[in-house]
Amino acid sequence: MIALNVNGQSHDVDAEPDTPLLYVLRNDLALNGAKYGCGLGQCGSCTVLIDDRPVFSCLVPLAAVGARKVRTIEGLADKDGPGALPAAFEAEQAAQCGYCIAGMIMRAQALLERNPKPTEAELRRHMATNLCRCGTHMRILAAVRRAAKAMGGGVAEDTL
Amino acid sequence: MTKGRWVLAGVALVVVVVLAAAGALVWHPALPAVAVPPANSFDRALVKKGQALAHLGDCASCHTASTGKPYAGGRALPTPFGTIYSSNITPSADTGIGKWSREAFVRAMREGVARDGSHLYPAFPYDHFTKAGDDDLAALYAYLMTLPAVEARPPANKLDWPYGQRSIVAAWDLLYLRKGPDTNGDRGRVLAEGLAHCGACHTPRNKLGAEDSARPYDGAWIEGWFAPPLNARSPAAQPWTADELFAYLRTGLAGRHAAAAGPMARVTREFAEAPEQDVRAIAAYFANLMAKAPAATNKLQPIDHADVAARASPIGSALFGGGCAQCHEAGAPMMQQGGPPLAWSTSLRLDTPNNTLQVLLHGLKSPAGASGPAMPGYAADFDDRELAALAAYLRARFTDLPPWPVDLRHAAEQVRKGANE
Amino acid sequence: MSGLTRRSLLGQGGIVVAFTLAGRAEAKARRRDRLPGHLETYPELESWIRVGDDGRITVFTGKAELGQGLKTALIQIAADELCVAPSAIQLITADTTLTPDEGVTAGSHSMQDSGTAILNAAANVRQLLTEAAAWRLVTSSDQIVLADGVASGPGGLRLSYGELAASIPLDVEAKADVPRRDKGRRLIGEDLPRVDIPAKVSGGAAYIQDMRLPGMLHARVVRGPSDGTRLKPADIEAARRLPGIETIVQNGSFLAVVAKSEWAAIKAMRGLQAAGWERIGPSMLSTDLAKTVRGLPVEDVPIFDNPGPPAPAGARAFEATYTRPCLMHGSIGPSCAIAQWLNGNLTVWTHSQGVGPLRKSLAQLLRVPIDKVRCIHVEGSGCYGHNGADDVAADAALAAQAVPARPVRLQWMREQEHGFEPLGSAMTVELKAQLDGDGKIAQWKHEVWSNGHNGRPTTASGLLAGLEVAPPFPPQRSRPIPMPEGGGHRNANPLYALPNASGVFHFAEQRPVRVSALRSLGAQMNVFAIESFMDELASAAKADPVAYRLAHLQDERARHCIQNAADAFGWSKRKKGSGFAFARYKNLAAYCALAMEVAIDRASGGLEVRRVVAAVDSGEAINPNGIRNQIEGAIVQSLSWTTTEAVTFAPTHRTSFDWSTYPILRFPAVPRSIDVHVIDRPGEPFLGTGEAGQGPASAALANAIADAIGVRLRDLPFTPQRLKAALEA
Repeated sequence: MIALNVNGQSHDVDAEPDTPLLYVLRNDLALNGAKYGCGLGQCGSCTVLIDDRPVFSCLVPLAAVGARKVRTIEGLADKDGPGALPAAFEAEQAAQCGYCIAGMIMRAQALLERNPKPTEAELRRHMATNLCRCGTHMRILAAVRRAAKAMGGGVAEDTL
Repeated sequence: MTKGRWVLAGVALVVVVVLAAAGALVWHPALPAVAVPPANSFDRALVKKGQALAHLGDCASCHTASTGKPYAGGRALPTPFGTIYSSNITPSADTGIGKWSREAFVRAMREGVARDGSHLYPAFPYDHFTKAGDDDLAALYAYLMTLPAVEARPPANKLDWPYGQRSIVAAWDLLYLRKGPDTNGDRGRVLAEGLAHCGACHTPRNKLGAEDSARPYDGAWIEGWFAPPLNARSPAAQPWTADELFAYLRTGLAGRHAAAAGPMARVTREFAEAPEQDVRAIAAYFANLMAKAPAATNKLQPIDHADVAARASPIGSALFGGGCAQCHEAGAPMMQQGGPPLAWSTSLRLDTPNNTLQVLLHGLKSPAGASGPAMPGYAADFDDRELAALAAYLRARFTDLPPWPVDLRHAAEQVRKGANE
Repeated sequence: MSGLTRRSLLGQGGIVVAFTLAGRAEAKARRRDRLPGHLETYPELESWIRVGDDGRITVFTGKAELGQGLKTALIQIAADELCVAPSAIQLITADTTLTPDEGVTAGSHSMQDSGTAILNAAANVRQLLTEAAAWRLVTSSDQIVLADGVASGPGGLRLSYGELAASIPLDVEAKADVPRRDKGRRLIGEDLPRVDIPAKVSGGAAYIQDMRLPGMLHARVVRGPSDGTRLKPADIEAARRLPGIETIVQNGSFLAVVAKSEWAAIKAMRGLQAAGWERIGPSMLSTDLAKTVRGLPVEDVPIFDNPGPPAPAGARAFEATYTRPCLMHGSIGPSCAIAQWLNGNLTVWTHSQGVGPLRKSLAQLLRVPIDKVRCIHVEGSGCYGHNGADDVAADAALAAQAVPARPVRLQWMREQEHGFEPLGSAMTVELKAQLDGDGKIAQWKHEVWSNGHNGRPTTASGLLAGLEVAPPFPPQRSRPIPMPEGGGHRNANPLYALPNASGVFHFAEQRPVRVSALRSLGAQMNVFAIESFMDELASAAKADPVAYRLAHLQDERARHCIQNAADAFGWSKRKKGSGFAFARYKNLAAYCALAMEVAIDRASGGLEVRRVVAAVDSGEAINPNGIRNQIEGAIVQSLSWTTTEAVTFAPTHRTSFDWSTYPILRFPAVPRSIDVHVIDRPGEPFLGTGEAGQGPASAALANAIADAIGVRLRDLPFTPQRLKAALEA
């Protein structure tokens, strides 16, 4: 059994140590947020936070997580509501098929926690790690801008 | 006059001559500023030739900052003497070389002296560019003068005392600069030692930062990476044939080795645009130099001590299984597509683990929108202890070489910090 | 009443409703007026709408949610007409047991076929509710008001729909002439928030990939790297002995592993794939697919032939050739299916666009009667056409056969989706035109070369596994889709009023690679070519590109759409680097005009799309925000196709196996702004929107680039290398 801290809760997981975190989250802990998109660290559908940093959970073996804190989209909601980013994405209707969205939200969460006032260029470069095939990019950016404001910051328009 | 006076006069004369000579060495006249030549005053064919040469010389790599415009300078170049920022070589009148005549440009390339007479630091490898022929330099000048001018002043250099004094470079030039074109013989050699300045990264340097002419292409450190030997000391697991090396230089991928990483990745992107026959010539030159390397005995079976390595490092095995095997294990998609096994990676076979740790931390990126190798970095996934275990596992599994004789955890920490050897 | 009870509705019974064709034909013959949409095929109201004793309304559609907002739009239509809140509606989508067979959710037909049917069925039910309430409250129909699931009469008397349910027989045929509701607040036309988004932004179960059934096992199919390859013999026995492996399934060259854990299945799959692979059949002679397809033996299919006087003497002649490579669907979530055999009955949960045809194909593949197979649609990631969804359903069904009663979840890997999904065909278009003395088009000829655009399985032959099982099924033949829909020749007939105009589709059945329907089929290429050529001709005529189009266009809605986009963009005050394009999808569905402004870095060939402004006429707009979402997405996706995408090949296999070898647009390259203006036409038929943007976006970009640098690019994709080469030429 391997101990894991996910969204503030401790779990004991009976999985092989080389199992990528993605499959542990989905199959052992029945969490839907992180998704299988490529398993190769190229698309970001599996993005979760480990100690506040965004990672590809499809490439983090269970053995590497240790005592570090894992956060998924399920952990963004609290007693005050669904979380600024999920609320913003819903308000902007920022989804077509929506499969990439949970990963987008976690990727953006990492940015806004570290830098509440990114420039537009910084925002796009940061989000570049994550792919959206439906072409929902404009709304995803609008949702992150909206959430940044709600979180007390904002996205500064580049002069470039 | 007394004998003493003669001696004094003699000494004075020698001092004067020495000072005059030193002055002559140190002091160069400023060349007159010219009006910025209009782009259409240059013959198109000459400009195209210059562009090809700029790709071979990889000017853009050093003269472009990571978030800057091409050739506008500002890239930080770490040296043992401090940090130097590359200059703007677009034809901007105030911040670039717009007011440089061709003569000024040639002098800079051949002698390492700027238009205003000041010395350029040999981080700019004029000790290689000096070998370029007159025609090549004229073409390069034409190309640079037709680039879009960018108004951008690079940051000031941050050099340790006394290296901030440009005039001391004169002494360096006296000791190490062999001025003048060297265009005879094999085109590959001419380019490698001239514009392509391969030795600038691949030849070890002495304490004064000059290439050790007794150890050409023995391998050297550059920006935290070890540029491997390109001669009989090459530790590659498979031979570098001319075709293999050409493919590598052109595409960044070698089917029997690995992908280009670090500074070399940038070089291959430039070589992708350079004239094919020139890149082939360079490849043939080095393939010949490496003809006596150990791999020449053609070891075909890739080494894979999976069980041994797993027993020696169960952590490393778990990390590899869940973090690397998706691409690097036999039967994985990249391998089904003919990717090289890790046993053929030169990085694992170097005496230093640094290149391996660099790739693990930072991954490999293709330029945006381009098709090419992509490997994510594991800086956020693995801590230094885990990186150390993984590096040790890779060495044990994919080579027959002894473990790296360093504290891998410490090495990982240093590489993560960006400390340079 | 039919044998359907509420129990069977909830899927707890084993009752299969057979929608027999024979009975239908007779009923159709008896009816005089055509019913709208698919109501014509399934005229019984209860096929579409049920009202429960608790007032809960269940609406059925044979179409599927693909992420295009279908569920929301259909709920809006039904709720609007039935005067209930959207939350009162439970929508059941494509299920071969429960819903009408509406074929495939494709071709932007959903609103036209299903939406129209549900609208009219709901109008019929509303009328029945009104009449029943009037009868029970002893008053006349015009005294009854329906609101929020309650029928009110004079004197404050009320009856809920639940109370009325027993009084309204729904096993009756719809009447064609029931008018739509004309009073009260409309839901149609509102930006109703998507009903599926809340789960998607909170980690709720939203996709087939999220399904977890009791006792479920995990499977992986084992194949070579791509279409055209097969695995070499592998050590099956060693794989069987791996920890966690339940069984290995072999049938001919079909090979799959079934395991208790997903990771164990993946490791076993990889171990088997280490055996190596080989090419099936001869290697390809060329890896330039557009060139290959252009040179294949073809049959010539006439597309259109508008007679007209010959071009006048002195007419100037122009011609141009345009090409595109093979394109990939590239669904972000690789295809997945769950299959379970229970007492000889197979249930497959699938994100296939066509559960009906899939069911038939699976029955044939597995050699069981069709009534033993049930296919239930569960949403997957965006598919944009025929991707791996049907194949993985077959793979799952075969794997599940080996472990009866256990649900088996089979997930394709990224490289399997990339390697085996049917591609969008490489295509070539040659256009010729002559201009008269005034610069007007006096003659026009369109020729298009393409492989087929519909490889959707109608039999086992259309499934990958069908070619692998023993004995294998012969490969499915490919035929051109007839006009007015068209396949490779979709949208090859311009909407412009052109005299002396004709078009020919050179259809190549012989295909070097697996191809099928990719969003808009041939329309993207044909519109790209036509709209690029229109600009080339406008330039030769020294005419403004927008004015030139209007000068050749009589369709009023098309003209309005073009004017709307041009005005919204500020076309008359445009900057250098601006381009325009227009098309009506299939000349039958939505109208889309768009203008784009770009900037190009001459040194690097780097392209920046500054802004895009589009106008869309989808008829009566059910959910305007949904339309905007679809068009924005189409524009970004089309920009990715146009600037970045091309499937690559080696002679033996596909070399585009992941995102590094098939890059698509990432955030830094996305336009700075996209504005979509929805032209609402209340009362007009709903027009399909999902595919209307692909062609215009490609062409507007080509035109904008030509305006920016004076060079016309005709070969997709417009990579930085191609732009640089064009700049240097």
